[in-house]
Amino acid sequence: MITKDEVCSVHTSTQKEKFDLLGNVIIDYDRKESNLIQILHMAQAIFGYVPADVQYFIADQMELSISKVNSVLTFYSFFSTQPKGKYTVSICLGTACYVRGGKEVLNKLKSVLGIDVGATTEDKIFSLSVMRCIGACGLAPAMTINNKVYKQVNPNKIPRILGMLK
Amino acid sequence: MINITINNKVIQVEEGTTIFEAAKQHGVLIPHFCYMENVHQIGSCRICVVEVEGGKTLMASCVTEVKEGMIVHTNSERVRDVRKVIYELMLSDHPKECLSCWRNQNCELQDLGNLIQISEFRYEGAKSKDIIDTSSPSIVRDSSKCILCRRCVTVCNDIQGVGLMNPHHRGFSTFIGPSEDELLGESVCTNCVQCVLVCPVGALKEKDSTAIVWEALYDKTKTIVVQTAPAVRAALGEVFGYEPGMLVTGKMASALHELGFNYVFDTNFAADLTIMEEGSEFLGRVKNAITAPGKNDVLPMITSCSPGWIKFIEHRYPDQLSNLSSCKSPHMMLGALTKTYFAEKMNIDPANIYVVSVMPCTAKKFEITRPEMFNNGLADVDAVITTRELGRMIKDAGIDFRNLPDGEFDSPLGLSSGAADIFGTTGGVMEAALRTVYELVTGRELPANNLHITPLEGLDRIKTAELKIENPLPEFSFLAEVTVKVAVTSGLLGAAELLNEIKKGTSPYHFIEIMGCPGGCISGGGQPRPVNDAIRTKRLEAIYREDEGKLLRKSHENQDIMMLYHDFLGVPLGHKSHELLHTVYTRRSKN
Repeated sequence: MITKDEVCSVHTSTQKEKFDLLGNVIIDYDRKESNLIQILHMAQAIFGYVPADVQYFIADQMELSISKVNSVLTFYSFFSTQPKGKYTVSICLGTACYVRGGKEVLNKLKSVLGIDVGATTEDKIFSLSVMRCIGACGLAPAMTINNKVYKQVNPNKIPRILGMLK
Repeated sequence: MINITINNKVIQVEEGTTIFEAAKQHGVLIPHFCYMENVHQIGSCRICVVEVEGGKTLMASCVTEVKEGMIVHTNSERVRDVRKVIYELMLSDHPKECLSCWRNQNCELQDLGNLIQISEFRYEGAKSKDIIDTSSPSIVRDSSKCILCRRCVTVCNDIQGVGLMNPHHRGFSTFIGPSEDELLGESVCTNCVQCVLVCPVGALKEKDSTAIVWEALYDKTKTIVVQTAPAVRAALGEVFGYEPGMLVTGKMASALHELGFNYVFDTNFAADLTIMEEGSEFLGRVKNAITAPGKNDVLPMITSCSPGWIKFIEHRYPDQLSNLSSCKSPHMMLGALTKTYFAEKMNIDPANIYVVSVMPCTAKKFEITRPEMFNNGLADVDAVITTRELGRMIKDAGIDFRNLPDGEFDSPLGLSSGAADIFGTTGGVMEAALRTVYELVTGRELPANNLHITPLEGLDRIKTAELKIENPLPEFSFLAEVTVKVAVTSGLLGAAELLNEIKKGTSPYHFIEIMGCPGGCISGGGQPRPVNDAIRTKRLEAIYREDEGKLLRKSHENQDIMMLYHDFLGVPLGHKSHELLHTVYTRRSKN
């Protein structure tokens, strides 16, 4: 079985290699409709997002309609049909983070990056998203950039955190 | 049995019954909206909520099963208040353009508002995205009117197996349809339009063709010819308040004359012709399979009258296209003959003939646009209107349908046998074909109950029959002792089952009839609403009554068909037939 780690290490591969790998993933999952969500997870790990051509590929390989694949894909906010930036900045707006100022942090992020939630900066460096409770309420307000968690962020810290990444 | 109390009435019902069904069985009607018996019971609209004593929240009665000792209230103050709020919230995201909506006075949302006494709009909220898709020749989708009941999702996925209509995104952004960047007209949609048939509001409608037909009727330079499919006569009456199952063949012919059509022909004539062509094609294929296996012997042969089914196989089973009969569907045959045989006979320039087909089917609207359906640059058929559209035209013209005298179809393309009538129902094409094929092969009448093949009747998804050929005529001696196996299905899920067998090489059949809509043309996407199994059965019985009421019940005994071959076509499968009555199919992509 192909693991998610193997899948995550393919970002330097060619498009063809990526599709071949996804094809193998689908075979691993027996082309079963009940495994569609797992397959979409892997597809997003391989391609970074799930654009139309990847959706068509999955639909054809699994003998599903493209509409069905798109239906499941667009239901979950985790999946993206748009390319993501190098860094995905996610602010938690669960109850604890919200009451401790998550919303202000989000507004600051929007103004510094100049984009809305769900969008990606033109230079493809940053994407912005919102999460509802990541279980780090003790660190509220919490923010993640890719897989790193930033604790007790406030609007003033934002320019410095982002500046260090660029 | 389970004891429950509904509105202070103590009742007993079987275990597993829902509260909704239990109430209905005992005379308590619970207002409901998305519910469709045995088809769609998922509790998505919440209109049918009831109060169960001891329960924290109200429950959707269509999905909640009864439990021993349950005490249910369906019209308490709380239930009535909540029901109203649910309705009002639904309405808050619905355009209130009822006067100009095509479903005005024929809308389940309107009916429900009237039933639960809505007299004001208390909520004005945000409106969800309106996507209007007019790309399809058969359907117009207007998502602003959609109330997300998901009935279309159920029929497209679970009954037709097409899987095109699905919810996308979530919450307030949810919309139902093909995926975001996909247009209906460029998708795998089969144009069966069963989704339009179940849509309770104006979100899905057939593409209207009445305007172009009116225009043609007003154009005095044209000879306007109309033809009507067998299933139309068994359902048109419902538009005018008749009980389902009322045959209105004569009144329909009169109404068409009154509308101003110059010639009123019957698609049934071409159904008889189809039997001659398709029956001959079938015998040819069987002969090849038995006497010279390997060449041109593709069996089972599958019927090709249903254009929804044709588009389905072109997308999903493109390797099986050679199993299809090459016959065009009957109305296309009649269109082609109108612009050749009839034009010659009457000395009319075919360019000045305009052919309109009245069909139970919306896939025919797509079919007439196929490039194969043109001859010498002229379309075989110029416009297709559905039974519902014809009903609207008759009303619009001020024709008093119920008081019309019975009229007749016109010659020479109007006479038909009972075998042609049954083309309108599942099992009918097969029965009609076997009536002729058996007699051609043996010289004897089909040994069946009043010419009916009982196992092929009814609404079961897949029906099969066997027929042993004994003592054939000398020219068909290769068929002696052969048991011909046939199968019939309606609805595309059954079609997929039979096609999967063919693909695997395990199909035992020689001949298969497939109709795209469940029940066949009688419940096609263009028929009057509502359609359910009780109404299907009544229309089906009407079709059989029409057949049994005729003296002429076998296609090969139709004198006008004999005359057509004698004067014009020559022989079945001859050169002219191939040119005018047969077609080819197109491989299409799976998505």
